[in-house]
Amino acid sequence: MEHYTMNLNLKVWKQKDKNAKGSFKMYRVENISSEMSFLEMFDVLNEQLIKAGEDPIAFDHDCREGICGMCSMYINGKPHGPWQANTTCQLHMRAFQNEDTIVVEPWRANAFPVIKDLMVDRSAFDRIIQAGGYISVNTGNAVDGNAILVDKDNADNSFAAAMCIGCGACVAACKNSSAMLFVSAKISHLALLPQGDPERHHRVINMIAQMDKEGFGSCTNTGACEAACPKEISLTNIARLNNEYLKASLVAEK
Amino acid sequence: MLESKIPPGSLEHKWTDYKGHCKLVNPANKRKLEIIVVGTGLAGASAAASLGELGYKVKAFCFQDSPRRAHSIAAQGGINAAKNYQNDGDSVFRLFYDTVKGGDYRSREANVYRLAEVSANIIDQCVAQGVPFAREYGGVLSNRSFGGVQVQRTFYAAGQTGQQLLIGAYQALERQVALGNVKMYARHEMQEIVVIDGKARGIIARDLISGKLERYFGHAVLLCSGGYGNVFYLSTNAMGSNVTAAWKAHKNGALFGNPCFTQIHPTCIPVTGDHQSKLTLMSESLRNDGRIWVPKQKGDTRKASQIPEEERDYYLERRYPAFGNLVPRDVASRAAKERCDEGYGVGSSKQAVYLDFSAAFERYGTTEAGIHGIDNPSKEQIISLGKQVVKEKYGNLFDMYEKITGENPYEVPMRIYPAVHYTMGGLWVDYELMTTVKGLYALGEANFSDHGANRLGASALMQGLADGYFVIPYTIGNYLADEIYNKPISTDHEAFQIAEKKVQERLESLMSIQGTQTVESFHKRLGKIMWDKCGMARNANGLQQAITEIQQLKKEFWSDVKIPGGINELNTELDKAGRVADFIELGELMCIDALNRNESCGGHFREEYQTPDGEALRDDANYMYVAAWQYKGDHNWELHKEPLQYDVIKPTQRNYK
Repeated sequence: MEHYTMNLNLKVWKQKDKNAKGSFKMYRVENISSEMSFLEMFDVLNEQLIKAGEDPIAFDHDCREGICGMCSMYINGKPHGPWQANTTCQLHMRAFQNEDTIVVEPWRANAFPVIKDLMVDRSAFDRIIQAGGYISVNTGNAVDGNAILVDKDNADNSFAAAMCIGCGACVAACKNSSAMLFVSAKISHLALLPQGDPERHHRVINMIAQMDKEGFGSCTNTGACEAACPKEISLTNIARLNNEYLKASLVAEK
Repeated sequence: MLESKIPPGSLEHKWTDYKGHCKLVNPANKRKLEIIVVGTGLAGASAAASLGELGYKVKAFCFQDSPRRAHSIAAQGGINAAKNYQNDGDSVFRLFYDTVKGGDYRSREANVYRLAEVSANIIDQCVAQGVPFAREYGGVLSNRSFGGVQVQRTFYAAGQTGQQLLIGAYQALERQVALGNVKMYARHEMQEIVVIDGKARGIIARDLISGKLERYFGHAVLLCSGGYGNVFYLSTNAMGSNVTAAWKAHKNGALFGNPCFTQIHPTCIPVTGDHQSKLTLMSESLRNDGRIWVPKQKGDTRKASQIPEEERDYYLERRYPAFGNLVPRDVASRAAKERCDEGYGVGSSKQAVYLDFSAAFERYGTTEAGIHGIDNPSKEQIISLGKQVVKEKYGNLFDMYEKITGENPYEVPMRIYPAVHYTMGGLWVDYELMTTVKGLYALGEANFSDHGANRLGASALMQGLADGYFVIPYTIGNYLADEIYNKPISTDHEAFQIAEKKVQERLESLMSIQGTQTVESFHKRLGKIMWDKCGMARNANGLQQAITEIQQLKKEFWSDVKIPGGINELNTELDKAGRVADFIELGELMCIDALNRNESCGGHFREEYQTPDGEALRDDANYMYVAAWQYKGDHNWELHKEPLQYDVIKPTQRNYK
């Protein structure tokens, strides 16, 4: 792989706090190596700003290996930037060319208020999980692991859904800011396992109710969420969620 | 000073007897007792959830925006358990033995035995929670091998086992939040421990959004804040992983155990340049199927594909025929360093070795061709089928490698090099996981207890969950049973005021420096000192130099650091400054500890002490102890020794040949 360096113009969303009115600000960074990650390029910019006595750009990040789900930039109109099945921290600068202008915004959704600059509040996702995204089993209740047999295909599909990192890219990509892909991933993860069966009806009804309460929009079936998802969570999960919801509405007593 | 509180009796009965005799707290009293949990990784989330289920009032804290982000999530390969599902001779005793041996005989027998005992319960608990472990076609759980071990006891979920286990614990935690048993404080960072009459009674936390300091009371405080690998700046840890909570505990009287015991993981993606902010691990499970090699010819610049088989040196298979590519991490790391230092390294930096899957493609491909009934398959067909199998096993790791390096590991071998990954050292705890401060506990990677001088793969997840799900729910009752008479202490108490003032003053003094160098630049310099002089190989001379350099760095930091913004606002640079300040102090202690330990063991390799063929040379007569350091003021520590007794296992030189 050929390495090269580049100079870039960055148009970044700056917003002091939740209530402030934000705006774009232009920045210039030079001698960026194509081997850097996108966030390392931001590190370079922030070091530059601090040395110049300016306010560095606030952004969320932690593991920098694509699994914690904390990074969340909307880059050139796409959550996590131009690469498929990728998080911002794993986006590398070889995706860009010398003198490119890159536009960077926070997730935009009513349910994800901006905290500062590119940081948003995603606690709504935690509250959706609190509404039923679990199996009610206390520590010490368990039977032997192999006493519960799980069909391999179901186990694999459950795992594929459970890979969701809760980053919120699906919401950011959706024109309605719907959280259906996130919720359906959790519903599928648990509904495909025998352990999740006893609570399946209440779980889906309560999680959907919480999702609505948080102000996420309705599903448009456009599939932008699936296209933006760094873990390639499939739209099939939303179909399964709808199926589960319909069944539950028919049989649930409360 | 150091009372390990190991229960009497034979090894296999200690934990059972302990559980049968420890004090209990009745359900009505549990409701009146408050517990603070700092950190929500595997240890913290599992502890908070389990204690909430028992009825205690729990407050849990994490600095990330959600408990689900804790760095346990990044663990890839798997979790060990003595289930013997493979009928290959595994047992509690073997897991115990492998772990003690893997740790180079520097861990406590009783703790490790307990860990092995509860390991099977962990798998059961996780399955019940809906953790989607890998399964076989018959619906049963699947296992794989890991380093340092000759049985298959590792449970996994592709290359994302930590994620799945953490999501399980996170969901259990969120369930307790919904039930009102746990109150969760995200984007909060612990800044100080509050000790009243010799007992931990609360913490001062900073709300990272508003910058405000807040006081929280607890009848007990649990630190589940992970390891301190970021002292090296570059490590596989998350950017936010830090030692601050443990360090505050240390400065308030908790002894720090074996700080120099650091794990350097052999298979990480090599450093590419100065801009690098972190290193990425390629799971040890890859060593099941990948073969590690370098060219036999020094300074060979040919591409890997152009180097014929007979000119490749599979140095692990050569040096360690019995374990081959699956030797423990410390051994594999040192062997890689040795080859690179000798000039056999590959890639542009020459600080890398190959991890090659072509043999696995062929082996799996041939099997698959048989399964699919393909007679006389072509070489291309075999390789292609084999790649499918490897993709299913490690697909996410291969993708990650390609994103970072821009090279396709299905076509060219991976280039790897060792990197800092885990810290075996940590707060000294007794058998009950209590530190030397009463009511202050340390769980998971934050404590020193179970891995000795080297941790085996797939054992960190096991220990974090063992501590949280199955140990602390029992041992904390033994302490809290006597606390039922103590009503919650008001956070207006003088001790809370003093602690808060101390934090406030420190923040103010950091902000008032207004120097010229950024926090990041100090962190990088500290990391370089640590990596060069207290890394994979250490010697007395280098360590002495490192101590002087770190002391100098500390002075410079406190007189010339530049932090923008203010205190009462979101200020990520200020957050980082506090963490780096603590890392600098810790770095000094690590070097002191490494200098004190005049032997090589596990990950601690002192160049002066090695066997003729370059293996670690222990000195059991003089160093078979846990070095527990007591903070006595600036640059000043007192060493306490906890002798290690081996009643069951007879320590020998570790042999993986």
